[in-house]
Amino acid sequence: MTQTIVIAEMNNNAVHPSTAELVSAAKTFGGEPTLVVPCTDASHASGAQGMGAGSIIAAKSAAFTHYDASAWATALDAVVPQGTIITSASPQSKDMAARLAARRNIAVVQDAVSIEGSNITSPVYSGKAMQTVAATGPVVISVRSNVFAAATGGAGDVTVIDTDGDVATSVQEFMARASERLDVSEANIVISGGRGMGSPENFAHLEAVADTIGAAVGASRAAVDTWEAIPHAMQVGQTGKTVNPNLYIAVGISGAIQHLAGMRSSKYIVAINKDADAPIFQHADYGIVATWEEALPVLHESLKGMMG
Amino acid sequence: MSMPNIIVLVKQVPDTNAKIVVNGDRVDLSSVKMVMSPYDEFAVETALQHKEAAGGEVTALTVGGASAEKILKDAKAIGVDHIVRIDADGEMDSNALQTVLAQAVNNLGGEVVYCGKSAADTGAGSTGPGLAERMGWASVSNIIGATHDGGLNVVMPIGGGNAKVSVPLPAVVSCDKGDLKVRKPNVKGIMQAKRAKVDVHSIDVPSSSVSIVSHALPPAKPAGKSYEGGAAAAEVANLLRNEANII
Ligand SMILES: Cc1cc2nc3c(=O)[nH]c(=O)nc-3n(C[C@H](O)[C@H](O)[C@H](O)COP(=O)(O)OP(=O)(O)OC[C@H]3O[C@@H](n4cnc5c(N)ncnc54)[C@H](O)[C@@H]3O)c2cc1C
Ligand SMILES: Nc1ncnc2c1ncn2[C@@H]1O[C@H](COP(=O)(O)O)[C@@H](O)[C@H]1O
Repeated sequence: MTQTIVIAEMNNNAVHPSTAELVSAAKTFGGEPTLVVPCTDASHASGAQGMGAGSIIAAKSAAFTHYDASAWATALDAVVPQGTIITSASPQSKDMAARLAARRNIAVVQDAVSIEGSNITSPVYSGKAMQTVAATGPVVISVRSNVFAAATGGAGDVTVIDTDGDVATSVQEFMARASERLDVSEANIVISGGRGMGSPENFAHLEAVADTIGAAVGASRAAVDTWEAIPHAMQVGQTGKTVNPNLYIAVGISGAIQHLAGMRSSKYIVAINKDADAPIFQHADYGIVATWEEALPVLHESLKGMMG
Repeated sequence: MSMPNIIVLVKQVPDTNAKIVVNGDRVDLSSVKMVMSPYDEFAVETALQHKEAAGGEVTALTVGGASAEKILKDAKAIGVDHIVRIDADGEMDSNALQTVLAQAVNNLGGEVVYCGKSAADTGAGSTGPGLAERMGWASVSNIIGATHDGGLNVVMPIGGGNAKVSVPLPAVVSCDKGDLKVRKPNVKGIMQAKRAKVDVHSIDVPSSSVSIVSHALPPAKPAGKSYEGGAAAAEVANLLRNEANII
């Protein structure tokens, strides 16, 4: 049996809770996974306790201040034991996974949604098919969030190992997002508007709901292309972002195949559309045939009541 | 770096509108229209803009069978200088593909490589960073803009916003859509592409340690609950709390 190593998903110097799901994924290979936490200060690794790992390594380096693909791969390679490596399937971690795999001359399998024995399954063709592959020998696997249950318990002690990598790129300027709201690819709930919203100003109604339930606001390509005020960063779909939240609420979106490509693997899908024949309803867990003008205020009031 | 030797990676994939059929336990693409992977169009556009700013030449490179030459001609029609196909068809894991690409880029003397952020078939996003690691180059991924005057500067998302990042060459750059408008071919370009000859090379493909076991259609979702009228949104909110346990 080869050893499995999990690389912790980091967010603002804290171990992201989804890391515990990665440990569960690693445990499907048997044994006690080692959890490696890339950090600039070993104290950041304390959040990895109780996530089910057999041992915890704080990989400490100034190279982890900003993401630089080559520096991260070098610094992690020096610390991560040989074996199969599990990472998050966030955009940054997929990138790092690919570089680390290439550095070790092994293959990478991205976006796993199931691991059974040596069989790993991921969506391909924009989610229109599932592909199962088998690996002989160690591989790097990035794992989608919200598919494995979070592991608990495990090691408490943190071993600190200093490491280093040469940072090649340099950040010249940082443009913070205008709003405090999460990016669609980071959020657990996404509410998106399409051309059916009628105007970019009407996205304020989506933002209001988003603020109530801690959601990110997304958009269809028709909305992004039609209205300058809706930036491409909000676009979900084939040529936008792929999202995998617990809940996706599509408002005034027809459900074209290229939009589905970016959101069909969401755990729950709610659709609000005035056209009962809109394709989005075939993918919705809960479909509401109504105009958003009718449905959204009711939804918002009900959710507000629940949030207390 | 003056007059850079620019390479852009392009891959042939099923048209994104195509229905994907599984026959037995494999995807059957025999009756599917094949096109250039959508993000590769942005990679080609960015490569052409690099050339316009800094000079040099652009080579479009694909690894695939003879049918993949169509997308090389598409790239030629909008202005790339050279089109190269590495003749290798069939299954390759990331390790095998990147090894082949690294050798091809070496042979071509590339100094900067543009590619798509992910291919529309694999959805992986592994090729750009993996190739860069094999070359020992810098890499940036998912860029949404680039400028080429006074060195390569890209705009890319990083936690909480976007950053302008300067990238030392040689480097591999994977391209997201951003605000780019991709150029369309003109009549002259189309004529040139028709006459253009594809440079075909072969490179030994190393064996793969990851192989496909099966394809399947995604599990059908059980039919959802459907409601008429806006008032039903209250019931849906209830279900989100009590059935889905999300809110
Ligand atoms: C290569 C390629 C890539 C693409 N990539 C993407 C992508 O990344 N993301 C993406 O989204 N699309 C993408 N598309 C475009 C896609 O094909 C569709 O055109 C697009 O998704 C449609 O957006 P929409 O649903 O907002 O608009 P429409 O199709 O116009 O639908 C609007 C919907 O709103 C409903 N509506 C209207 N008024 C109301 C109201 N008052 N209340 C409630 N409902 C109302 C209508 O019934 C309709 O269903 C791509 C296309 C191509 C060819
Ligand atoms: N066979 C190939 N030939 C040329 N370029 C490729 C090939 N496979 C992938 N690429 C490039 O790498 C990008 C990312 O592919 P992937 O890593 O499969 O998501 C694609 O958008 C292409 O630019």
